[in-house]
Amino acid sequence: MIIGEQKSLSEIAAMLEGQRKILIAGCRSCVAICLVGGEKEVAVLAESLRLLSSLKGKGWEVEEVTVERQCEKEWATELGARVQGKDAVLSLACGVGAQTIQSMYPAVRVLPGLNTSNMGAPEEAGVFLERCGGCGDCVLHLTGGICPIARCAKSLLNGPCGGSQGGRCEISPETPCAWEEIHRSLERLGRLDLLEEPIPPKNWLPARDGGPRRIVRKEAVLTDEQKRAKGGRA
Amino acid sequence: MRIVGFCCERGPEQAIDLAGEKGLRYPADLVFIKVPCAGRIDIVHLLQAFREGADAVLVLGCLEGNCHHVYGNLEARKKVDRAKLILDEVGLGGYRLEMFHVASNQPFRIPELALEMASRVERVGPSPLAVRR
Amino acid sequence: MSPRSDLERTLLERRFAVTAEIGPPKSASAESVRRHAREMKGCADAFNLTDNQTAMSRMSSIACAAVLIQEGLEPVVQMTCRDRNRIAMQSDILGASALGVRNVLCISGDHQSFGNMKESKNVYDVDSVQELMILRRMRDEGKLWSGDELEVAPELFLGAAANPFADPFEYRVTRLAKKVKAGADFVQTQSIYDMERFERWMALVRARGLHKRVHILAGVMPLKSHKVALFMKNKVAGMIVPDAVIDRMKNSQDPKEEGVRLCVEQIEHLRDIEGVQGVHIMAMAWEEKVPEIVKRAGLRP
Repeated sequence: MIIGEQKSLSEIAAMLEGQRKILIAGCRSCVAICLVGGEKEVAVLAESLRLLSSLKGKGWEVEEVTVERQCEKEWATELGARVQGKDAVLSLACGVGAQTIQSMYPAVRVLPGLNTSNMGAPEEAGVFLERCGGCGDCVLHLTGGICPIARCAKSLLNGPCGGSQGGRCEISPETPCAWEEIHRSLERLGRLDLLEEPIPPKNWLPARDGGPRRIVRKEAVLTDEQKRAKGGRA
Repeated sequence: MRIVGFCCERGPEQAIDLAGEKGLRYPADLVFIKVPCAGRIDIVHLLQAFREGADAVLVLGCLEGNCHHVYGNLEARKKVDRAKLILDEVGLGGYRLEMFHVASNQPFRIPELALEMASRVERVGPSPLAVRR
Repeated sequence: MSPRSDLERTLLERRFAVTAEIGPPKSASAESVRRHAREMKGCADAFNLTDNQTAMSRMSSIACAAVLIQEGLEPVVQMTCRDRNRIAMQSDILGASALGVRNVLCISGDHQSFGNMKESKNVYDVDSVQELMILRRMRDEGKLWSGDELEVAPELFLGAAANPFADPFEYRVTRLAKKVKAGADFVQTQSIYDMERFERWMALVRARGLHKRVHILAGVMPLKSHKVALFMKNKVAGMIVPDAVIDRMKNSQDPKEEGVRLCVEQIEHLRDIEGVQGVHIMAMAWEEKVPEIVKRAGLRP
C-alpha cells in the first residue's frame, strides 16, 4: 500500500492562506490504513483548522468528506456536489488521489495535505516500512523475497557493501541491512547458491528512470462505441 | 472561567459523586461530561471543547492498570498527548489540557485537580475564544 | 600477458607490493596533490586517489591521477557507484585511460547521507560488481556495455575492495569470489586492527583458492591518537578496532609514535600470511608519514 505523512499544520495553513470555503477530502484506502488521510484524520484536521481559524481570524469555512478511493474516477465523482463553490480542496489522499480529483475538477484548486512517501506495509501497529522499489522488473525470486531496490540504501544487486555491520545499514542503526536479511532468507530456503553468480547491471527502463509509466490491459479497454453507450462515463 | 472535564463513568465519576456527598467544593464553572471510558474520547472532542470557548480541559481516567476496558486509559493518554501538540501548533497552548488518573475512593482529588487547571488558566490567561460562550 | 601497470608487474613478479593513498583537496588548485606526490615518491608502487570520500565534493580522482602521472607516480583511480551512471563511468574510464591511468578500484561508495550534501539524489545505477563487469568488457572485448565497438580499448588493471570486518562474516568470502568472477584482478582490504578476524578470513579465502586468482593487498591505517582510534571504532561503519588497540593508544606517552609502531608491526605480521601479496597504507591526513612507515617496515628501499 501507499504510505504517506500529513504535512505540518503550519504548512497546510500557509497553503490555505486567503481561502474561505475549504473542503477537506479524505480517502478510505491506503492513507486510512496508515492513519493519515482517513475519515478520522479528516475530522481531526478539520477541527484543528477551525480552531486555528477562530484564533487567528482566517475566516475559513471548513467542510469534510471522505470517499472510498480518491484515485478512481467512479468514486471521485461522488465529490462533485461538495466541491461546487469551494475555493480549495485539501486532499488527504496520496499524490495519486489528489491529482485525480484535480483533473476531475479543474476549476477548483486542489492542495496536497499529505507528503506521499512510498510503497510499504505496516510492520506492527503504527510502524510502516518501505518495501517495494517499483522497479518494474521484480527480482524477489533471486533475493529470498526481500527487495534490494527499496530496502538496500544503495539498491545494490550484489550486496552487501562494506558498510554492513551487525545486520545494520551504514546509514542508520535503525535500518536493517537488506543484504544481510537476503542472506539469512536464502539460507533458510536452502538457496545460497543464488548468491554465487554476479547479477549483471539492471535495466532501469521499466522503472521510473525510463519515464512516467503507462500500462495497458487491452482486454479491458473499451471501444469508442462502448464508451458512447456508457454515456461518456469512463 | 470555563473548564470542561471529560470523566470516565467508573472511578472518576464515582469520585465526583463522593466529593459531592462530602460537600467538597470545586469551582462552579467546571462542567463534567461523562463518558463510558476515557478511551472513548476522540481528539476531535477535545479540540471542539476549546473551539467552543473552554479555557482549560481536563480528562479523568481510572488509575493505570485499573481500566475496566483494559487499555482505555492508555489510549486516552496517547490522544491527549496528540491533542496537546495540536493545541501548541495552533497557538492556544497544550498547557490548557491535561489528563489525570483518579480512583473511586479519591474524592479529594476532584477539587485538587479543578484548582490545578484553574491556576493554569490564571497563569496563561483566558482563552482568546472565551467571548464565544 | 604483459602487465598493464607497475603495480601489476610487481604483483606478477611476486614482489611484495605497496600502495598508499592520497586524499584529493577541496580546492581548484592541485598544489597539495603535487606536494604529497613529491613527499611520497618512491615509497609505494601505486597511489590511490579517493573519489569524493564520505560523499563530500573534492577534486576528482581522475584529475588528481593526471597530476600524479605528471609528477612521475602511478595512480589508482577510485570510482564509486554513488555519483555516476554507467554512461558517465565508461566515459570517465576512456578519458582516464587516455590520460595514462591503468589501475582502477571499483567500489560502491559511502552513502550520500554521510556527507554534507545529504539532499542530493544518489545514482547507484550499477553496483561495484557490475562496475567490474562493465570495465572488464571494455578492456577484454573492446566494447562498451551497449555493445558498441571502441576504436581503442583501455588498458586496465581492475581492483575491488574487500571487507573482512563487515557482516555477515560467512558471506564475505562469497562476495570476494563474486568480485573475482566479475573481473577483479586485485583487492585492497579495509584497515586491519582485528588481526585474528583477518586471519580467519584469509583461511576461508585460501580454502576456496581465491588467493591464487586475485592479488590481495592488506589494508593498514596508522592511528594518530586515541581519539582517532575511538572514532574509527564507533563512527566508521564496517570497521572493527579491538579494545587492546584502543588501550594501547590511550596509555601511550607518544601516541603518534605508538600509532606508527603499531602499523609497522602489523605490516611485518601481514607479510608472513600466506596469500597476502602486498599492503595498502591509508594514512589519511597523515600522508607525510608513509615514507617513514615504509622504511621502518623494511618495504623500502
